[in-house]
Amino acid sequence: MTTLTQHTESPAARPTATRRPTGKPRRTAAGTLLSRGVVNGLLLVAAFYTLMPISWLLIAATKNHRDLFATSGFAFGDFHLLANLERVLTYHDGIYLRWFGNSILYSVIGSAASTLLCVATGYAFDKYEFRAKEKLFGLVLGGVLVPTTVIQLPMYLLATKAGVVNTYWALLLPALVNPFGVYLARVFSEGYVPGEVLEAARVDGAGELRTFARIGLPMLAPGFMTIFLFSFTASWNNFFGALVMLNDEQLYPVNLGLFMWNSVTQQQPEFYSLVITGSLVAVVPLVAAFVCLQRFWRSGLTAGAVK
Amino acid sequence: MAAPSAPAVRPAAARAPAPHPPGASPLRRGQRRAAALFIVPFFVLFAVVMAAPIAYAVWMSLFQERSSGLGFGGTERVFAGFGNYAKALSASGFRSSFGHIALYCALYIPVMIGGSLALALLLDSALARAKRFFQLALFLPHAIPGLIASIIWIYLYTPGLSPVLDWIGALGGSWDFYSDDHVLTSLVNLTAWQWTGYNMVIFYAALQAVPREVLEAAVVDGAGAVRTALTIKVPMIASAVVMTVLFTCVGAIQIFTEPKLLNQRGAPSIDTEWSPTLYIWKAGFVQHDYGLAAAASLMLAALGIALSYLVTRLGNRWKAAQ
Repeated sequence: MTTLTQHTESPAARPTATRRPTGKPRRTAAGTLLSRGVVNGLLLVAAFYTLMPISWLLIAATKNHRDLFATSGFAFGDFHLLANLERVLTYHDGIYLRWFGNSILYSVIGSAASTLLCVATGYAFDKYEFRAKEKLFGLVLGGVLVPTTVIQLPMYLLATKAGVVNTYWALLLPALVNPFGVYLARVFSEGYVPGEVLEAARVDGAGELRTFARIGLPMLAPGFMTIFLFSFTASWNNFFGALVMLNDEQLYPVNLGLFMWNSVTQQQPEFYSLVITGSLVAVVPLVAAFVCLQRFWRSGLTAGAVK
Repeated sequence: MAAPSAPAVRPAAARAPAPHPPGASPLRRGQRRAAALFIVPFFVLFAVVMAAPIAYAVWMSLFQERSSGLGFGGTERVFAGFGNYAKALSASGFRSSFGHIALYCALYIPVMIGGSLALALLLDSALARAKRFFQLALFLPHAIPGLIASIIWIYLYTPGLSPVLDWIGALGGSWDFYSDDHVLTSLVNLTAWQWTGYNMVIFYAALQAVPREVLEAAVVDGAGAVRTALTIKVPMIASAVVMTVLFTCVGAIQIFTEPKLLNQRGAPSIDTEWSPTLYIWKAGFVQHDYGLAAAASLMLAALGIALSYLVTRLGNRWKAAQ
């Protein structure tokens, strides 16, 4: 509960106007100017470091194979972005598009389903009383502790027995279970859904499911987005799981497809521009989503950090 | 913030042996049914994809494949007790993979945590401009999937492709990112690039929660900005820093993608058993020694669980102290 108060309060603790005088009165104007230069200069250097590789990718995606090696990294060669895009999208009968679609299936559909499960479970843990409740919740917390990469091998062997290896379910099923999401959902439910509102709905004769769907879920929308973003990034990033579970190219997510292309670049350098342009296409929607949904990941990060 | 009225009902309901205690109305029963409906799907899936694999790993780790008598009949599974655990622990590959991770952490944690702390303090200082832009710019690498981040940096390490090597060359230097001496730095750079901004956002949020009166008191006492940052702000967010360090360790023992790609590029000192996860991968999927791979997985899991447990314990203690 502390976590939630902390991060909902932080915007209020923000006003820079009140903070600005800190340390100022004792400085001379020149001294302040110098320190301001140092502080912002260092931040600029850091921003250069974080943005440089992304900008390089952007520029490299516009070059053909010859210019990729012939021109310097940050200089433009002939503009071949459209030709590169066309090659990525049509190579091998458009397998890249298929991978992209698979990634969307695994990440968007998988995370939406998983988030709904988390929110329903977290809501139930917060709002209902049932037997062995805290023991079951302890189990959820135990699940948070288990490193996912470590159970990948037994999961693979079980999946082989169940016949789900090398099917969509091999990645979708594990993505549905997100214990940390359940923990977050309980915290969010405590903070966002007042019990009185639910009582009022019950007095009006609404059933429990209806109360959840019409009242609880809308109130939990910001929490839903935060959990969704977490699980979306996790599954979009999930390379190890895909590598273990899939060997049919048609089922690959973008990650695994790019990995396969990348592994032949040393023998066949013409694959470089495929990997570079393919990476750019995979990254653009993610960056756009992150920029647009800033406030959700921020609240998730702080809630997660102070857990 | 606790759910009103519900806690008062709980002890009675929990103690009652019959499913319908005297006071239970149809309303309460409806709620219990709803609760079951909400949590059962999650726990069924939880059992399938978490509990079952762990139980299966435990079972598998107790058996070894032995080729049967004459060498004709293929292999048979025999009970080995803790044999696989002993085998993993005595395998030089498995043991040295932990040494690699320790060395990696010794470089990575000071660089990455120090970097994100310094950036958070800079961003928190009254002198910083364009805070939103910097926050976003520094966080952006985290939006790039780890595999793609690794590919980008590996290309930036590749002669002919890399502008970075061009710059070094222009300055009259030379550098081999894959050589034995440099490959650890190259790996640390790759992961630090992905995580510094992420942790900076966490630290920055913690710094924003530092009570302003404390900072004002420091100014009245004549402390400069740097001194305030080091002697007041840093100690006040120490809990966030320690938690982040532990989380980073939990991540570090699982590292796979980055060394896998460096290995694929032919970095000589990153072998196919460099990290514990790579070792498990090789034991399971290359050598098909599932018992060994399961035993190694479980030991790694135990380490991860112990570290994470420490995190939550410390976290709760700090929360209670606040």
